[in-house]
Amino acid sequence: MSEQRVGVYVCHCGHNIAGTVDVEHVAEWSANLPNVVISRDNKFMCASTGQEQIEEDIKEFDLTHVVVASCSPHMHEKTFRNACARAGLNPYLFEMANIREHASWVHASDKDGATNKAKSLVSAAVHRVIHQEPLQPMQVDIRPETLVVGGGIAGIQTALEIADAGYHVYLVEREPSIGGHMAMFDKTFPTLDCSACILTPKMFDAGSHPHITLLSYSEVEQVDGYVGNFTVRVRRKARHVDEDLCTGCGSCWEKCPIKVIDTVFEAGLGSRKAIYRPFPQAVPKYPIIDVENCTYYKSGKCRMCEKVCPTEAIRFDQEDEILEVEVGNIVLATGFQLFDPRRIPNYGYGRLENVFTNLEFERLSNAAGPTEGKIVLRDGVTEPESVAIVHCVGSRDKNYNSHCSAICCMASLKFAHLVMEKTGAKVYNFYIDMRSISKGYEEFYHRIMEEGASFIRGKVSEITDAAHTPEEEGKLILVCEDTLIGRPRRVPVDMVILSAGLEPRADAQEVGYMFGAGCGDTGFFTERHPKLDPVATVTEGVFIAGACQGAKDIPDSVAQGAAAAARVLATISKKQVNLEPVRAEIDESRCSGCRICNNMCPYHAIDFIEADGVSRVNPALCKGCGTCVAACPSQVINGAHFTFDQLIAEIDGIMVDVTAGALEVV
Amino acid sequence: MSDNGTFKPVIVGFLCNWCSYRAADLAGTSRMGYPATLRDIRIMCTGRLDPTFVLRALQKGADGVLIMGCHPGQCHYQEGNYKAIRRFALLKRTLRQLGLEEERVQLHWASAAEGVRFAETVTRMTKEITALGPLDWSHNWPNEDPYALEEAAHE
Repeated sequence: MSEQRVGVYVCHCGHNIAGTVDVEHVAEWSANLPNVVISRDNKFMCASTGQEQIEEDIKEFDLTHVVVASCSPHMHEKTFRNACARAGLNPYLFEMANIREHASWVHASDKDGATNKAKSLVSAAVHRVIHQEPLQPMQVDIRPETLVVGGGIAGIQTALEIADAGYHVYLVEREPSIGGHMAMFDKTFPTLDCSACILTPKMFDAGSHPHITLLSYSEVEQVDGYVGNFTVRVRRKARHVDEDLCTGCGSCWEKCPIKVIDTVFEAGLGSRKAIYRPFPQAVPKYPIIDVENCTYYKSGKCRMCEKVCPTEAIRFDQEDEILEVEVGNIVLATGFQLFDPRRIPNYGYGRLENVFTNLEFERLSNAAGPTEGKIVLRDGVTEPESVAIVHCVGSRDKNYNSHCSAICCMASLKFAHLVMEKTGAKVYNFYIDMRSISKGYEEFYHRIMEEGASFIRGKVSEITDAAHTPEEEGKLILVCEDTLIGRPRRVPVDMVILSAGLEPRADAQEVGYMFGAGCGDTGFFTERHPKLDPVATVTEGVFIAGACQGAKDIPDSVAQGAAAAARVLATISKKQVNLEPVRAEIDESRCSGCRICNNMCPYHAIDFIEADGVSRVNPALCKGCGTCVAACPSQVINGAHFTFDQLIAEIDGIMVDVTAGALEVV
Repeated sequence: MSDNGTFKPVIVGFLCNWCSYRAADLAGTSRMGYPATLRDIRIMCTGRLDPTFVLRALQKGADGVLIMGCHPGQCHYQEGNYKAIRRFALLKRTLRQLGLEEERVQLHWASAAEGVRFAETVTRMTKEITALGPLDWSHNWPNEDPYALEEAAHE
């Protein structure tokens, strides 16, 4: 090993570090660590003067490695790596010691302890850094095609942005039509725009765009490959209708004798036929046959749709089709599912007939819905005289979901407005806190208050039909503590709307697994950085947009869809991406071919090469987790930047004072 | 050290890059105090944790080792923490045979949002190790070379 010359820089971070850690002492002490040729302290290392100091010293002292002791590497690792690179030093010959988040800020009451810890962390970095090797980011070509999973508003927006830029998009949607939840809504808050009126033009564009291949009623089954070169297997479920011949005329579903309750689009309030188009503006316009309910598939008879179809487009024998597409990037926009209020039995949903969910109310209020927009009780005729809207159902509740579903306050206000406008009924909102945080939302809240809706601050404990007084007879009674007057209340109403919260899709974990996107503690997909990288995932080339990332409303979903598209377009126009070189590599000359590592890899990046009798890592698939490195019984897998030697040196360095028998070094 | 009642344990931490290291960052940003006993090392995933690292830390004088990763099911590498669980179980069996107390080597979870949990874990473990007293393997370990141990046994 040629001579190692390490430069150490200890940051004061103004008072943030220096207020607790004796920074000057740490810098002085570090000067005596092995291979250190220069050790300095500096008020702000991240400032241009701090960075320039590193650059100058690299040149003047011919530094081979650099250590900066300051904040978390998640904050400024990139900053200092770039400074090293500017001075001609490979950025991976830099190491960071986190003496702010992990020392000064958490040990403010123990200054000696914090200083000691800072010293041990600097020593760890100094010992480690000399084992670090220059690494080169890996360059990968990017295919220009993109896969967008999910045809709700976020997915549609992503697809349109990318397609409008002239690149091809495969838009995969599980349901027979794109549109997602937004297509079911009546109005949108706070503008009270007709939801369908603003959505359907976008749906139409997505369905007819020359650069979008719409794969509706389809699901992704398998994803192989890596950023730039994914191979995706899509199952196109059989519609039993030939899309090339069908004109969407509607004769088939008019004549179909089987009525089925529509639990998807009409939320169980309306019905459809066994051959059906989910809603009039569906894109694509072609119907599908519901095999479970169709008489032909039960008894082999009927074939009514086939008889009436003017273009002979019905295909009873149609089978699922498997399609393989090659794409460079993937955007997940798989959306959310509504919390099932049956899980809160004391709210009586499913037992008390006039307790509705928010989605049911959207369909009731929608002019294209089962009641043609009339807000009526479950009997289909009676208009309610009083309506209660219960906020935070299944949200902000440790028993169900601890997160805030973000949209329910505003949607509840919208419901209040629609009820008052259409029926003149008295409206009670039961809320915990009102959250109206976006543009125009607070104004909308005030407007609804002025329109006469009542607001009761208190979590509803029970909804019951057991009357205590004659006025409560035949009503639904909401029991709660009104925390503003400090008293329990019973409020009798005719109709209750439960503002059920937004949950991650039940299969989010599996979907995430397939695409290499993790789920956080709320079950939504985890972004690479919650603030600074909200649409990327840890897997290069896989992005997330919309409510699959966390509960959010339409404007935020649209913004995220466009943001994900921008990220995809950036990689397409650069034609190549640089990948972090933190990768595993097998020393084939020492590999025994035992294959233990092959099954360890969650990304199937390690293959056994029969001809050579050894295992080999596909560097483009490897994400650098290091599981195989730890598993190799021959210790011949090198986990770049987290090698065995580097980590052992780091342990030795971190314990340097203890091993030397002088625990209290201050 | 423990003689005069001022024993401060040294705990080496192995934190995964995505969850527990960020939990530690969050504990810092939120200024949650915990004892300055933990010296942490960042690894990309608890799946990278070679059991040798734990032994090395103990050999070098650590009184305890704390391994922290993402909650089961939330690993950023999908299942690295499950591998850590399996290796941990095997490692614990070995350590038990060496006479090491259960509390000395611990495996815990913290998501990136759980700064409180992180601080509490370090505080609790510090108390447990302080009660046990020093391990002092660095002075009881005759040589860094494990083969020398074997030779010493034969002599």
